[in-house]
Amino acid sequence: MNAQVGNQTGLLRKLHIDAPLLLGLVVLMVAGLFIIYSASGQDTALITRQITRLSIALGVMFVVAQIPPSFYLRWAPPLFIGGCLLLIAVLLFGSMGKGAQRWLDIGVTKIQPSEMMKLAVPIMIAWFIARKPLPPSIGYSIAGFALIMFPTMLIAKQPDLGTSLLIASSGLFVLFLAGLSWHLIGGFTILGLITAPILWYFYMHEYQKQRVLTFLNPETDPLGSGYHIIQSKIAIGSGGMWGKGWLKGTQSQLEFLPERHTDFIFAVFAEEFGWVGVLSLLAIYFYIIARGMVIAIRAPDAFTKLLAGSITLTFFVYVFVNMGMVSGILPVVGVPLPLVSYGGTSMVTIMAGFGIIMAIGTHRRFLRDN
Amino acid sequence: MLNWRRRVAIRDHLAEANLFARRVIVALVMVVVLGTILALNMRGLQVDKHQDYQTRADGNRIKVLPIAPNRGLIYDRFGRILAENTSFYSLEIIPEQVDDMDELLAELTELIPLEADLIEDFSKNARQQRRKFKPVVLKSRLSEEEAAIIAVNQHRLHGAYIEARLKRHYPYAELTTHAIGYVAKINQKDANNLEMEGKTANYQGTDDIGKLGIEKYYEDTLHGQVGYQEVEVNNRGRPIRTLSEQPPTPGQDLVLSLDIEMQKVAKQALGERRGAIVVLDAKDNGILSIYSNPSYDPNLFVHGISSKNYKALLSNKDRPLINRATQGRYPPASTIKPHIGLLGLESGLITTKTRIWDPGYYQLKDIEHKYRDWKAWGHGWVDIYKAIEESCDVYYYDLAVRLGMDSISEFMSQFGFGELTGIDIHEETSATMPSRDWKYGRFRQPWYAGDTISIGIGQGYWTATPIQLALATSILANEGTHFEPKLLKTTKTQTGELPVPAIDRKPVEIKSQRNWQIIKTAMEGVVVKPTGSGHAAYRDVSYKAAGKTGTAQVISIAQDQEYDADEIEERHRDNALFVGFAPVDDPQIVVAVIIENVGGGGKNAAPVARTMMDYYFAHYPENF
Repeated sequence: MNAQVGNQTGLLRKLHIDAPLLLGLVVLMVAGLFIIYSASGQDTALITRQITRLSIALGVMFVVAQIPPSFYLRWAPPLFIGGCLLLIAVLLFGSMGKGAQRWLDIGVTKIQPSEMMKLAVPIMIAWFIARKPLPPSIGYSIAGFALIMFPTMLIAKQPDLGTSLLIASSGLFVLFLAGLSWHLIGGFTILGLITAPILWYFYMHEYQKQRVLTFLNPETDPLGSGYHIIQSKIAIGSGGMWGKGWLKGTQSQLEFLPERHTDFIFAVFAEEFGWVGVLSLLAIYFYIIARGMVIAIRAPDAFTKLLAGSITLTFFVYVFVNMGMVSGILPVVGVPLPLVSYGGTSMVTIMAGFGIIMAIGTHRRFLRDN
Repeated sequence: MLNWRRRVAIRDHLAEANLFARRVIVALVMVVVLGTILALNMRGLQVDKHQDYQTRADGNRIKVLPIAPNRGLIYDRFGRILAENTSFYSLEIIPEQVDDMDELLAELTELIPLEADLIEDFSKNARQQRRKFKPVVLKSRLSEEEAAIIAVNQHRLHGAYIEARLKRHYPYAELTTHAIGYVAKINQKDANNLEMEGKTANYQGTDDIGKLGIEKYYEDTLHGQVGYQEVEVNNRGRPIRTLSEQPPTPGQDLVLSLDIEMQKVAKQALGERRGAIVVLDAKDNGILSIYSNPSYDPNLFVHGISSKNYKALLSNKDRPLINRATQGRYPPASTIKPHIGLLGLESGLITTKTRIWDPGYYQLKDIEHKYRDWKAWGHGWVDIYKAIEESCDVYYYDLAVRLGMDSISEFMSQFGFGELTGIDIHEETSATMPSRDWKYGRFRQPWYAGDTISIGIGQGYWTATPIQLALATSILANEGTHFEPKLLKTTKTQTGELPVPAIDRKPVEIKSQRNWQIIKTAMEGVVVKPTGSGHAAYRDVSYKAAGKTGTAQVISIAQDQEYDADEIEERHRDNALFVGFAPVDDPQIVVAVIIENVGGGGKNAAPVARTMMDYYFAHYPENF
């Protein structure tokens, strides 16, 4: 079974690069550049910066791919504990940005511990769950759940709803893929339904509540908080079956659409390339996810299987949440369209995640020898 | 091997792999389901409701903007331009686009000089703004330099724009004000009128509207038809490109019968004196010159007159805002003696043979009061010729009393007294041709014989405007033919010039045509005979002129009573009048002159009238 993975092109194989996965990622990035170019009003300086960023992200992916997965196995608990300490530090000393406290100034540079936790959490939970045979027992699952909720709450407190959602998902996916009892899944769902109103009344900030309310009925505030979603839906809807054509989307080119080249870039894409374009984009994402899952299934042990599977599914959460919010079926939470939206530290994190997946797909021998 | 067995003992790798694979399949199914939900939702937006959203996208981006038509130009009879459209830079602000107005104004003040009252006016206008996203002028008539400074700093002045706008300009300034008037910004009252007349749509892009004179009277002709362009706008309402355009139809050009050079002569002839001059083309009563002194610069109003300047105009005791030629109510004085004389001949009460003895005064039967002649020792024996030539008052006291007020009033109305002349500007008063009914209506008093005596010499209740005097003289010169005096000569369209036909009213009909001749001969005597009251002014003329002097006792046309002593002295002096026409045999030109508070008409007004006639005969050889 593992032998098939070894049949890849020699050079890339030696560089620990998974060619089919890289192909999918690069296609997405190039498509992203074209859409950013259109969405930013043909801003070449912005494109140059994005290309720099993509190069850095690819570089990070390459470096991470060289690290054997056993490294993460060893470093999972310190990584996780260190991350949690940094999150606490952010809450105590962090600097503000856009009404939320996310950054930690360490003198030389600013770091965003929540980004680190996007990988540290699945690594930690995969390590934790893989210590015992699968499926995990109920008690062990609950312990794992507790490990997930701790950093999630810290990030939600910043407040950063989008990231905490992604981090919680990455941990929960590990539990799910590990064979978490369906009874427990049902239990957690009920628990979630119960805690939602508690979160609403005691935990959520006013602007977060406002986002949810606006999501439920955007037309009540067309010029205020509903403006984003209304303009976004107009952009998407006016795109039609075939789209208005590249650089020809009136909603984006005439700047009716807010956050055009960042969180709402999917609306620009949908306007200019139509439903056919949307289906194509979904197909590319599905291809990447499927490839990630194939690597996960072929992974040699529980830890790497769970880690690769979780990172891949979390990538889908990005896609679903972003597309869902832009097209009006989910509330507006600040989640970018992965590898397409302009900028963001999150791109580096995502690519580091794919680096881990590639490492898992290419470092078998080391593990088998172990 | 041992190692392998030990591991198997602890965990079943195959079972785990199978479990994991099953969970992956469940997860992938979830991914497909959720992906399908996304795709179906997108299909709903992009395919099912596409038309809806397309419409809303177009609604976002497409705006229909009016394009104001260019206002028709105004020329004088020789094609000299009297009202033109010149482009000015103006600094305008779209209030809806400004985040912090105070900050913007502060920044602008640092860049270019902005007086406090400009900002005050702007704030007021911005508050009273009728249409959203319409620019409000902050400062008009920017210098090139100021416009450049603003343009360079445009990027940080969000909501402020430099616009090149066409504005009306009157190159002859105060020379044409009372005739042509001016345009100024459409105010609330104008807007209401436009609304009432259903013209609001046509004025969508228009800033200014005729407020006075020709500009107001021919507003519809001058304005033209608004055009539209469909433009694509961005989220700040800023036009990006034009999608389609329906060009406006420019207003028609107007050619006036006015001669701007003659207008200059009129102004010069009056000099510093208050008064008015009307010169008519005797053939159709086209107005060659109409000038009221003092006048004012109409260009001030075009750009929005400052309240300081406006107050100064309002409080000026010489009343420059009044068009004396059409709104000044003056006693016509002796200028109407020819008309009363004509009525006397017509009624048979006098003939050319009739003579009366003028001892220097007139008395009504059984009444002590003596009505004085201007010549204290009297004119001696006076017939109709002498009565007109020397302007004998006693002859007319007697004639008026014998004619009776009813007959005078009825006859004079036929010459246009007491009626609007029909001149094509709205600023006109009918003045007063008194009658029994008029006096009763006004004062609840009966008409006395003494009232008629004053009427005989054009005094008392009788008032007339200079344009009425010119008209009455023209009717006399044309032996009854009555054309309305008009400024508009032709309108110019793309297809060519369209002459405006003269409008005639009911002519004055008399029984004996010879009576016209008698009166005209008498009027010729006024300037020809050495004893004629206008002779001094008309010595050595190269054409045959006829006329009549007038000297009116008045206080002033002004209503103010707060004069100092010197002032009262000056304002109590007589008004000088002269009406005349030439040549006598085939009248080409009619002149009416009135000069306030300068004394005798023969001495003061007749020379002015001669200046106008001299100019005419020197420059219009084809008519001579």
